[in-house]
Amino acid sequence: MLARAVTHAVVGLDACRVEVEAHLQGQVPAFAIVGLADRACQEAKERVKSGIKSAECEWPQRRIIVNLAPAGLRKEGSGFDLPIALAILSASRQVPPDQVRAHAALGELALDGRVRPVRGALAVAEGARRSGLDRIVCAAESAAEVELAGVVPVPVRHLAEAVAYLRGEIAAPERHEEREPERPAAAPDLSDVRGQERGRRALEIAAAGGHNLLLAGPPGTGKTMLARRLPGILPPLMRDEIVEVTRIHSVAGLLSARCPLVTTPPFRAPHHSASMAAIVGGGPGPRPGEASLAHRGVLLLDELPEFQRPALEALRQPIEDGAISVARAAGHAIFPARFQLVGTMNLCPCGGRGDAGAECSCSPQRLAAFRDKLSRALIDRFDLVVTVPRARAHELAAPAAEASEAVRERVIAARERLREGSLARTTEASELLDRAVERLPLSTTEASELLDRAVERLPLSGRGRARVARVARTAAALAGADRVLPEHVAEALSYRSPSELRAP
Amino acid sequence: MNELAIAAFAAETGSHLLSAPPTQRFAAFVRTFDQRAYAARLEERGLRWLPRSDAAFPPLLRSIHDPPPGLFLRGSGEPGTLAAPAVAIVGARACSAYGAHVARVCARELAQAGLVVVSGLARGVDGEAHRGALDVGGTTVAVLGCGIDRDYPASNRELARRIAEAGLIVSEYAPGVEPAPWRFPARNRIVAGLAAAVVVVEAREASGALITADLALEEGRDVFAVPGEITSALSAGCNALLRLGAIPLTSPADVLEHFGLAATARPDVPVTPYAASVLAALREAAATGDELARRTELEAATLAAALTELELAGLVIEAEGVYRAQ
Repeated sequence: MLARAVTHAVVGLDACRVEVEAHLQGQVPAFAIVGLADRACQEAKERVKSGIKSAECEWPQRRIIVNLAPAGLRKEGSGFDLPIALAILSASRQVPPDQVRAHAALGELALDGRVRPVRGALAVAEGARRSGLDRIVCAAESAAEVELAGVVPVPVRHLAEAVAYLRGEIAAPERHEEREPERPAAAPDLSDVRGQERGRRALEIAAAGGHNLLLAGPPGTGKTMLARRLPGILPPLMRDEIVEVTRIHSVAGLLSARCPLVTTPPFRAPHHSASMAAIVGGGPGPRPGEASLAHRGVLLLDELPEFQRPALEALRQPIEDGAISVARAAGHAIFPARFQLVGTMNLCPCGGRGDAGAECSCSPQRLAAFRDKLSRALIDRFDLVVTVPRARAHELAAPAAEASEAVRERVIAARERLREGSLARTTEASELLDRAVERLPLSTTEASELLDRAVERLPLSGRGRARVARVARTAAALAGADRVLPEHVAEALSYRSPSELRAP
Repeated sequence: MNELAIAAFAAETGSHLLSAPPTQRFAAFVRTFDQRAYAARLEERGLRWLPRSDAAFPPLLRSIHDPPPGLFLRGSGEPGTLAAPAVAIVGARACSAYGAHVARVCARELAQAGLVVVSGLARGVDGEAHRGALDVGGTTVAVLGCGIDRDYPASNRELARRIAEAGLIVSEYAPGVEPAPWRFPARNRIVAGLAAAVVVVEAREASGALITADLALEEGRDVFAVPGEITSALSAGCNALLRLGAIPLTSPADVLEHFGLAATARPDVPVTPYAASVLAALREAAATGDELARRTELEAATLAAALTELELAGLVIEAEGVYRAQ
């Protein structure tokens, strides 16, 4: 007897339809899974056997062959447990085969028959929708992701529940909202930052224009503190963005039952020992890296020069294209990675430079090596570079400054203006191509003259000029102007890379 | 006397010679030395030789107690450049942003007034001094502590090229001589010897810049020292010089006055009212952006625009987050 169930395997960020065929033959009890199943997938045998018995169904005493088709695609993970169980039950006619075929299935089985969530549910549900299935039997915890894909979830907590539903004995189980999905822990608030007027202003511009920001300065001056407050002033994600970001986090297995969807811009701060694969993504069946996990959010590289140079250089492609293509022997995947890069760094290895109260003890050679670590090409990709000086004691005692909420309102208004108003050209300022920048409403002749004069006087490259123009546009949007005026260009110019970060 | 032979012999034997050594080896070397061929090879490489006996040899340098047998020259400048009134600006290689700023501004003012700026092409203060003179299209002379054909340190190669275009690079060492620690104090005597006055910008105790100052004092040249913080090791050398009676340098005009020159009056650049208030605050004291924001009570955006305006007008410069009025 033969029966089929349908599921999907996650490949990169996409899902590939997989048919689970179960064939019962002969009278000698045996169980084999074929079709390039990896180790976790092979171990499904034991879980499925225990699960079926725990669900008070009968384990067929026959020779059982399960084939995962297409056989050429490598199957990874434990999400095939539930479809394999359903295919076997369907082959032994314990559940109606036509019902099983009408549903996709996804989930891991516990030995007691409970259904556990697996990573990548959103991608799988989108795959199911594309292959014309509108219902997925899945773990209760995956229901929110499935719903986001526009597919009806059949949330089950136990295999027995799935069986009863497919037999028509019970209606589709309700989606249990055990508790309100917890709001992600609030980002730290800007009102904690005393002083730092220039740093705060740069943060606001970065948030409004989606610009990359580099904070440089002696240790302990609050660079990281400022950087960590960026997510708190970013507008919430839009629906399309929620789907994109949740898909990536789902595939990486980072979603929990408490916050099943990513609705706020993600914030990723990998440690500086991170490898290139950890940053851009990799692994045998490529998985997204930190850069992709920060898609539509913030990627903070604290102590930028401490990162391995290959890891930093690998970021140049996603900064330009907003995506990373990872090629491995087992496959090739493109991960979106349109993040806002925030870096922090000291001005020299010992950290004394730029601090009036300390003295730099670095030898010129050591300083040169430190600067060489950051290529000009990478520094050039930061739209805003701000030197964060040491705050004096009386600033720390100053009254609390403006809170994140107020800043965020201005940021949202500015983004609106960048999108809709006369300043608009594309959705994101940083998505502009250099060519488009040339056509920016650099509006007043005074503004473009100022920029030209700056190019003559200051070490500004062509890319630097475009970058200044972009930041000026954001400053204009924040100021509520409908054209870029000279003061906006002048402000943007004050955030260009200072000479200390470059080799002399 | 064959000075070129002395220089060539010193290069070949790795020694430092001021006059002909009374050795057989030198006598043998002179017999086989083909001065004309050597000079032709120098010329091929764009180098020149200025012997001590030449009338164009700088008189100030000739008057020191151990003048070199001659100088190798590289660059477009005439030998007469070396005889023009010159000031040496020297200091630490690992200087602070303040030191770099003072060296540069000082060199600009002095070069603008027509003085030649002499220094040692080292990193830090030396390099900034050369750059300052080049900024205003002035003349600058770099004295090397290695063979005339070498650019040392390599990171200043581009700077050396610009100096050669606008001024002179000189060395008492023939092509091919490697840099060695003991040659730098010897180089410093030429730096001091070429200049009528020496400005020490930042110097640690027992540093090369102090050697230059000592040599200058021995030859009766004026020594200016830039006062620094008494707690900073980088200024310990300068402060020690001041204690010994060096002239405190409070403005480049102090040096100009010594030469009987007047500082070039800076034309007033019209600036916006915001920028004017920022400039006034900076003339009081250098400050970070955040301190300025509080002192002037300007919005961060307005302040940033004002600072850019002042920087473009050349009235303010920024280093390590600290702004200074020029």
